[in-house]
Amino acid sequence: MNHLEKEMLALRNEVLDMWALVYSQLEKTKGALLKDNKDLAREVISRERRVNAYELKIDSDCENYIALYSPVAIDLRLVLSLLKINGTLERIGDFAEGISRFVIDTYEKKYDSLIREMRLEEMFDELLEMLEGSRKALESEETKMSGCLFAKDEYVDNLYDQSLQKISEYIKMHSEDALTCIFLAILSRKLERIGDHCNNIVEEIVFYIDAKVLKHAGKHKEV
Amino acid sequence: MDEKKIKLEAKNVNFYYDDFHALKGINMQIEQNSVVAFIGPSGCGKSTFLRLFNRMNDLIDGTHLTGECLLDGRDIYDKRVHVDELRKNVGMVFQKPNPFPKTIFENVAYGLRVNGVKDEKYIKQRVEESLQSAALWEEVKDKLKKSAFELSGGQQQRLCIARAMAISPSVLLMDEPASALDPISTAKIEELIHELKKDYTIVIVTHNMQQAARVSDKTGFFLLGELIEYDQTKKIFLNPEKESTQNYITGRFG
Ligand SMILES: Nc1ncnc2c1ncn2[C@@H]1O[C@H](COP(=O)(O)OP(=O)(O)OP(=O)(O)O)[C@@H](O)[C@H]1O
Ligand SMILES: [Mg+2]
Repeated sequence: MNHLEKEMLALRNEVLDMWALVYSQLEKTKGALLKDNKDLAREVISRERRVNAYELKIDSDCENYIALYSPVAIDLRLVLSLLKINGTLERIGDFAEGISRFVIDTYEKKYDSLIREMRLEEMFDELLEMLEGSRKALESEETKMSGCLFAKDEYVDNLYDQSLQKISEYIKMHSEDALTCIFLAILSRKLERIGDHCNNIVEEIVFYIDAKVLKHAGKHKEV
Repeated sequence: MDEKKIKLEAKNVNFYYDDFHALKGINMQIEQNSVVAFIGPSGCGKSTFLRLFNRMNDLIDGTHLTGECLLDGRDIYDKRVHVDELRKNVGMVFQKPNPFPKTIFENVAYGLRVNGVKDEKYIKQRVEESLQSAALWEEVKDKLKKSAFELSGGQQQRLCIARAMAISPSVLLMDEPASALDPISTAKIEELIHELKKDYTIVIVTHNMQQAARVSDKTGFFLLGELIEYDQTKKIFLNPEKESTQNYITGRFG
């Protein structure tokens, strides 16, 4: 392996490490919300700084790599997709932090049944699988599971629509909780957005490995 | 959009130095007013292929060509073609600068004089224009009467570019024209190539991948006498079809 390849490998490993961190942030956020565990939520918030630090470090490492090595072809595609994946992971980290703050500031046990009806646990699980699946795709440089990951995003979109339905039913009966319900709708929306971001990550990996641009090819929701 | 005119074309070209099979079944079309870059490891046949288009290989003993090389659709190896006429139309800048043992001025004026131009005023104007476009004028305008050998290597190379351009060919073949130049002169030459595209068809051999990427519309990758891949430069540098192309441009060769 020449030193260029070593640099590239180091960069890729950095992104994979950040990936693991963001995964654990999302997993903890899930625990914080579903088990109403405020300590876990606080942990997510305090570790958000590490996610940000990773992003800055990877950003500048990518810039240096481009400036110093003028990568082309597969090397160029990899560094471009790492750069975008980096930004996307950071945003997923932001969402996890936002949800954790909601757990600390607003959440109360009495909404446990509503959350079950909203099927938020299932949403979390789908997202965690997307995050893990896309990481494996990059690690193994293999895109054959991309279709199944895209399908998960659509499933998350459906769950999101259904969750809004449940919330609106709930508000009709408990109008005094309307504000918290709105927060819960926003939370569900955040999960749905995380799905879109995971989708983008998979698209980046397909661009890197197969040199195909899938972005905006389908009818992916972007707001 | 109408089809671009094909300026240069190779049809199943094979070339031999004695028994050595230097070019193997090359097919290529080069569009008018485009820039094409040839890349590939040392000894793969880039210069040999380039020289075919102004019949520079004719000068080497024991060489043999099969297939066709066309300029504007006409075979340039046809018996009726005058090599001098051909070279007026197809200028060349060599890998190593090769100024004539003359003054700077006379080097650039040379092609015009050989072609019978007598108008001194016109010659002076062409010499200045050519030196300007080759980004050399400012450095030599006060010493046009000095010997070309007093110039640095990079200046000599730009002088040769000016010399090639002075007779206004329609095709310019450049064999690593910037290999001995500093980044500023290189940028000037690249800018020049970009400018010249309006009037010329340019083929450039380069070992500098970024240069190929910057200046050319299409890139051809040669390996061991074969044309491995020939495509839009963007395609070659973002997503080449062939693994050997990718290995070469990313520096993973051998
Ligand atoms: N005059 C010659 N007589 C015999 N063999 C030659 C001659 N010129 C070139 N060759 C051989 O033909 C092959 C192609 O040479 P050519 O000069 O075209 O390579 P190139 O791609 O331009 O290399 P470089 O990047 O080093 O300039 C080489 O193996 C070379 O040794
Ligand atoms: Mg050569």
